[in-house]
Amino acid sequence: MNFILKMAWRDSRTSRRRLALVSLSIVLGVAALVAIGSFSANLRHTIDVQAKSLLGADLAVNSRSAISPEAQAFLAGLGGEQASEVSFASMVVFPSAGNQTRLVTVRGLMGGYPFYGEVKTSPLGAMARLPQGDVVVVEETLLRQFGLKVGDPLKLGEKVFSIAAGLEQLPGDSAAVATLSPRVLVGLGALADTGLLKRGSLVRYREYFKFGPEVDSQALVAQQRERFRELRLDVDTVEDRRRELGQALQNVQGFLSLVGFVALVLGAIGVASAVHVYVRQKITTVAVLRCLGASAWQSFAVYLVQGLALGFGGALAGAAVGVAVQLGLPPLVRGLLPFDVEFFVAWAAVGRGLAAGVLVGGLFTLLPLLAVRRVSPLVAIRSAFAERTGTGDPLRWAVFAAIGLAVAGFAVWQTQRWSWGLGFAGALAVSFGLLAAAARGVAWAARRWLPKRLPYVVRQGVANLHRPNNRTVLLLLSLGLGTFLLLTLTLSRETLLSQIRSTEGGARPNLLFFDIQDDQFTPLEALLAAQGAPTLASAPIVTMRLLSLKGRKIEALLKDNTVGIPSWALRREYRSTYRGALSSTETLVAGRFTGRVSGGGMEVDNTAGGNGVVNEAVIPISMEEKLARDMQLGLGDEVEFDVQGVPLKTRIESVRRVDWRRMSPNFFVLFPEGVLEGAPKFFVVATRAADAAESARLQQAVVAAFPNVSALDLALVLKTLDGIFEKVQYVVQFMSLFTVATGLIVLVGAVATGRFQRIQETVLLRTLGASRAQLVQIQLVENTVLGVLGALVGGGLAYGANAALAVWVFKAPVILPLAPLLGAVVVVTGVTVATGWWSGRGITRHPPLEVLRQEA
Amino acid sequence: MSEQPILKVERLSQTYPTAAGPITVLHEVSFSLSAGESLAILGPSGSGKTTLLGLSAGLDRPSGGEVYIAGEALGGLGEDERARVRNQQVGFVFQNFQLIPTLTALENVLVPLELRGESGREGEARALLDRVGLGAREGHYPIQLSGGEQQRVALARAFINTPKILFCDEPTGNLDGATSNAMVELIFGLNREAGTTLVLVTHDLELAKKCGRVLRLRDGKVVD
Repeated sequence: MNFILKMAWRDSRTSRRRLALVSLSIVLGVAALVAIGSFSANLRHTIDVQAKSLLGADLAVNSRSAISPEAQAFLAGLGGEQASEVSFASMVVFPSAGNQTRLVTVRGLMGGYPFYGEVKTSPLGAMARLPQGDVVVVEETLLRQFGLKVGDPLKLGEKVFSIAAGLEQLPGDSAAVATLSPRVLVGLGALADTGLLKRGSLVRYREYFKFGPEVDSQALVAQQRERFRELRLDVDTVEDRRRELGQALQNVQGFLSLVGFVALVLGAIGVASAVHVYVRQKITTVAVLRCLGASAWQSFAVYLVQGLALGFGGALAGAAVGVAVQLGLPPLVRGLLPFDVEFFVAWAAVGRGLAAGVLVGGLFTLLPLLAVRRVSPLVAIRSAFAERTGTGDPLRWAVFAAIGLAVAGFAVWQTQRWSWGLGFAGALAVSFGLLAAAARGVAWAARRWLPKRLPYVVRQGVANLHRPNNRTVLLLLSLGLGTFLLLTLTLSRETLLSQIRSTEGGARPNLLFFDIQDDQFTPLEALLAAQGAPTLASAPIVTMRLLSLKGRKIEALLKDNTVGIPSWALRREYRSTYRGALSSTETLVAGRFTGRVSGGGMEVDNTAGGNGVVNEAVIPISMEEKLARDMQLGLGDEVEFDVQGVPLKTRIESVRRVDWRRMSPNFFVLFPEGVLEGAPKFFVVATRAADAAESARLQQAVVAAFPNVSALDLALVLKTLDGIFEKVQYVVQFMSLFTVATGLIVLVGAVATGRFQRIQETVLLRTLGASRAQLVQIQLVENTVLGVLGALVGGGLAYGANAALAVWVFKAPVILPLAPLLGAVVVVTGVTVATGWWSGRGITRHPPLEVLRQEA
Repeated sequence: MSEQPILKVERLSQTYPTAAGPITVLHEVSFSLSAGESLAILGPSGSGKTTLLGLSAGLDRPSGGEVYIAGEALGGLGEDERARVRNQQVGFVFQNFQLIPTLTALENVLVPLELRGESGREGEARALLDRVGLGAREGHYPIQLSGGEQQRVALARAFINTPKILFCDEPTGNLDGATSNAMVELIFGLNREAGTTLVLVTHDLELAKKCGRVLRLRDGKVVD
């Protein structure tokens, strides 16, 4: 062993810088794994420590309708300290900002919520002023957006409040939630004065509980589960929240780790390729050692030690870089997390990253090293080397199998799902296979069809793609993979946004007004028409809940764990409409649509005493196809609704497909005309604004006249989605850059390891009379061709992957924008040429003899 | 009782498969050498000289026949066992020197001992380097030495394990006349001092004449 270590150390003397450069290939892969792993450990720790502040209470009970007196009595019996919240979407008006309006989430609070965690407001202590009833706490970003300051007025419905503070953080909410819909906190008692809690508004009611240490809220929920279901109350405990967050974190960590792992595998391939070149240069040394009496194992072990040291060195440096990168992650993800993260180095994660680096790097290095075992001592006396490694070496196959197992094992471990893990390993193998096949195809085509008329430097540069020991496969793999990852990301974003943008095109609606009361509908339409924005689509909405499906009571279905119908579908409040015909966003997929029933349906007794059913005939309805599938319903099945206290029997007579992406009023359940007209209802109206200014003007006019009406602007939806995309893309791009940077390091490593061979060729060409300019041009041609091909092959894969995602995942039209591909070609080629030039500099500058003596 | 030969080669043949059919490069060659004897293998290019040397030294397995080094048949030995025999019984001098470029002159000389796990014998290695006139160059790398100097380091390396047989493959083939003569003097001088058996492949008739016996090869067969 002593000889092996000594020889490994001595033998590396002239190559240490080169080997260190090669070991850098896995640095970024390991760094990514360590950074993600360690940061995730930070997050997990934070979730555990701050568990209660994730919910702000020990228990939260939710309902989509006002909590009934029966439910209130039950909740009061649970004991502990109780706080209430009523939240809904509404428009607010900022009088001091030119009466500009904005859709927000209003949260009316009463009691000591949040019981745990800290509310951050600026200035501090504003929450205590909410019960006064005349102040609000407003999302900090809104204040900035509209140039507001503390003390400015804010009109909510019919009441004007004073802004007490900006809201920075509320336990349990992430900044991402706030981006989707900014929050306005108000005292619950003041909500009545706003006039916004009218019938039909989509309101969420929440009760928060704080129990003494003797109460196990999880056990309490388990004990009362049946009762909660009967009362149609949804419960949320600290443990639920922790589990949900933990699972989400696991998914994100798994995904990001896999992106990092791709960089590691790519780096390992780079290491293997460099070691392959290195080993070829060491064949004579190995043969001499064999002549002098070294066994096959001893000579193999000398280079195995070097290979392992290479992997370990790279992994160690990677771990150090990973810890440094971890320092940079918190600001990157701050807006996506509902809490502040406590930073510490998770040594277990560092160890796992190191182990992954050493294992993957070691396994890939083994492949070329196996050839050392088979070097014949005869090579020392014969210059021609006959490589005896081939497909017949069983150890080679064993190493391939170990690599496959390691990749699949890592992926399964990270995703915690066999199918995902194996799918990732398979997709990685296919991507690598396609890129390698493309590279071989390019090399073959360059040999087969290179026109002889081309200038010598071009022919020589292109010929370098297929000569022995070429770098074509390695470089197309690394450049192509980096391009593939980044471009897929860009194209996916483009696909999703263009899909939403397409809904805006032509004369389609782009502004939606909702929560319009029955008596406001006609005047609102008139107001819009007067403003030059006539109604493009409108629909009455009647709220209802399910009573029974196919004769089985909902309560029974909710209690029965074997039915397999999602409880949200059974419990939710349905906002249905009635129409005489299908709209342009609907397609009939089964049955026959009935547009009108006569002499039947529901008539409402508006006299004192309430509603009543006059005719109990079964109403033909149309159901959305996915909901029907989820609820295991088909044509002819009976569904009984509770329409605000009135039972209504219906039968599914048709099933529709709905294009939910279009900004039109879309519904799960569609009734025929002649049934619900008499029921309490409200309206939604869709119109079109020519531009942002007109949209703002329309919203201001409507909210001024009808304070309870809310507006949803498609431009705002797009902007919000784009903002979220940007944040997510930022994180994913950050991770993908590890792969791209790894590709560049592999490129530098490949140039460095092939330097000796390149110098020999260059020297020969110089001896034969080539000028330095010609040598530089040859290098330029080769790197340009590699860069262009890398971008094209990676780009091709990205367009294919994006098309597959568009068709099967996003269900969107396939887009083929050329600009990203052109950008990729320019950037990748530029970077390849620059890196190739930088790492190969100096080769052509010295006289042949000097170079030969230096590099021999 | 006759003295046991140090090297015994019996009906040694080597055939390589090629696309055009098998080619026999060595055809039933036999000879034996006792301790201290010297043999020159002569012949034109492609006559099978280097193949015979390689097989005799146990660098490869023959297609037919047997090689005995110090009485031990190599045919039944595995690759690693043959390596052990080479380490214990054999020294090599190659035409193109074959020093390990990453090791200094002294380290190159010590490699055969270190392979055996022996340490602390730097003194012997230095003495050998002194003997070949390179005592002052022990810390130099091969690239810093001339061709003749590299070959002298190779000679010191060949004698460090006091081999029973020294195999030399065109030892002066890459050297100029004066350097070549000095090298020959060293080879034969060390050979005499250590009582080593010498097997030498060469084109050089003058060099061959210095050996006790000459074996002429043509097309893989012994012609003289």
